[in-house]
Amino acid sequence: MYTEKVMDHFSNPRNVGELKDYDAVGEVGNAACGDIMRIYLKIEDDIIKDVSFKTFGCGAAIATSSIATELIKNKHVDVALELTNKAVIEALDGLPPAKIHCSVLAEEAVKEAIADYKKKQGIIIETHNQCDDCCRD
Amino acid sequence: MNSKNIYLDHGATTKVNDEVLKEMIPWFSNNYGNPSSIYSLGRKSKEVIENSRLIVANALNSKESEIYFTSCGTESNNWALKGICNAYKKKGNHIITTNIEHHSILHTLKYLEKQGFLVTYVPVEKNGIVSVEKIKKAIRKDTILITVMYANNEIGTIQPIKEIGKLSKEFDILFHTDAIQAAGTINIDVDDLNVDLLSISAHKFYGPKGVGALFVRRGIRIDNLLHGGAQEKTRRAATENIANIVGLAMALKIAVNNIEKYNKHIKKLRDLTAKLVIEQIPETIINGDMNNRLPGNINFAFRYIEGEGLLLFLDINKIFASSGSACTSGSLDPSHVLLAIGLPHEIAHGSLRLTYGWDNSEEDVYIVVNELKEIVKRLRDMSPLYDK
Repeated sequence: MYTEKVMDHFSNPRNVGELKDYDAVGEVGNAACGDIMRIYLKIEDDIIKDVSFKTFGCGAAIATSSIATELIKNKHVDVALELTNKAVIEALDGLPPAKIHCSVLAEEAVKEAIADYKKKQGIIIETHNQCDDCCRD
Repeated sequence: MNSKNIYLDHGATTKVNDEVLKEMIPWFSNNYGNPSSIYSLGRKSKEVIENSRLIVANALNSKESEIYFTSCGTESNNWALKGICNAYKKKGNHIITTNIEHHSILHTLKYLEKQGFLVTYVPVEKNGIVSVEKIKKAIRKDTILITVMYANNEIGTIQPIKEIGKLSKEFDILFHTDAIQAAGTINIDVDDLNVDLLSISAHKFYGPKGVGALFVRRGIRIDNLLHGGAQEKTRRAATENIANIVGLAMALKIAVNNIEKYNKHIKKLRDLTAKLVIEQIPETIINGDMNNRLPGNINFAFRYIEGEGLLLFLDINKIFASSGSACTSGSLDPSHVLLAIGLPHEIAHGSLRLTYGWDNSEEDVYIVVNELKEIVKRLRDMSPLYDK
């Protein structure tokens, strides 16, 4: 069902937990849907110096969170903002069709966290949470 | 890491009993005659099917002529509902059921609703058991059928079938029970239960996959699901799956003969699991009534985590279990059964079902509980819902 890469990131997730002294945080998903992703960022001079995540969700949700943190670490926030769910899927060597939404969540969580950082600088970025459209409590 | 496979999913399927398999083999090879053929090779097949029917009839306390072999439990359930509704539609078009039935009942009822039948889904109580009083209140003048499962596949709760049977007799309504999870661990007597139709499936009690049976009480009309031959007294066309029928009968006979020993064994393991898990893993809920429950079934909800991760980590540790979680089925909704007993979505997502069988031992229980303790902690440490 899952690629080796997904299983690796699920069973040995990178950058898991809450960052101390984080500068920004973003959360997407909702518990009713069965997925919540939260991303913490430590940023210096617009560079993501450190990143971590906490995720409630299936194996794919944990794996996409983990790989997303790797993909944006040490990147400029504007570069990280361009992370797509497609890039997340490719980095994991693919996801089952039913789990594509997990890669979208990872993209959205990164954007949400960066939007939180930008907001503190007075810049508003539009974000989207796919679960707002699909799930109700 | 745990070195051997531990199978804790006997509610999903069981392995074929060695004795059963031995009995089945000749009916694949030497005795391959078509039971409808007139010569001796065919007659031999016919004879073993009738012997098997007698064994099943004895196990359920029915008459031989009331037992029909099918290809699986799903077919038995489909046939019972569609066959009765079509045969009795002039009498009425209302059906009563519960909201925790298996999908082979619920999806068939959805299909029948599209054909114009009306269905009342009586909600179960918080303990996972339906109230007979609520079934009674749902009865209308045009009710032709009540269908209620004997025991639930996810949470193992046993329904008051005898009481519903009495009710259906009193109101002259046909009564079907899906006994697929119950057969093999609950003694079934169709007369005592007052059921008119009852479904079973062999692979749930150490028989082969691909064979089931439907009990249809004498005198009840039922439309065919399959047309094209005179098999099963013209009610189910298809060349009989002889080896599987032999396997079903043999497996049921062995199960019935060992029922007390089996239940004692699996109940001991189940009760130990429940005790250890509740003692050692905080914020854990047991889903479903603990008294009226299949002896080998336990269903937990671990708060703050999602079931699929749990199953994947168990699988890495060679422990095979199942969950009522959304992600295992690829849909976003968690189990309809867990929602029916009132669990909120986020808790229903973190459920785990363990179902014990013959091959399990106390050692398995200790291994599983230890693994569970670690896995649940690991997933909770990752969970944004668990800020502790």
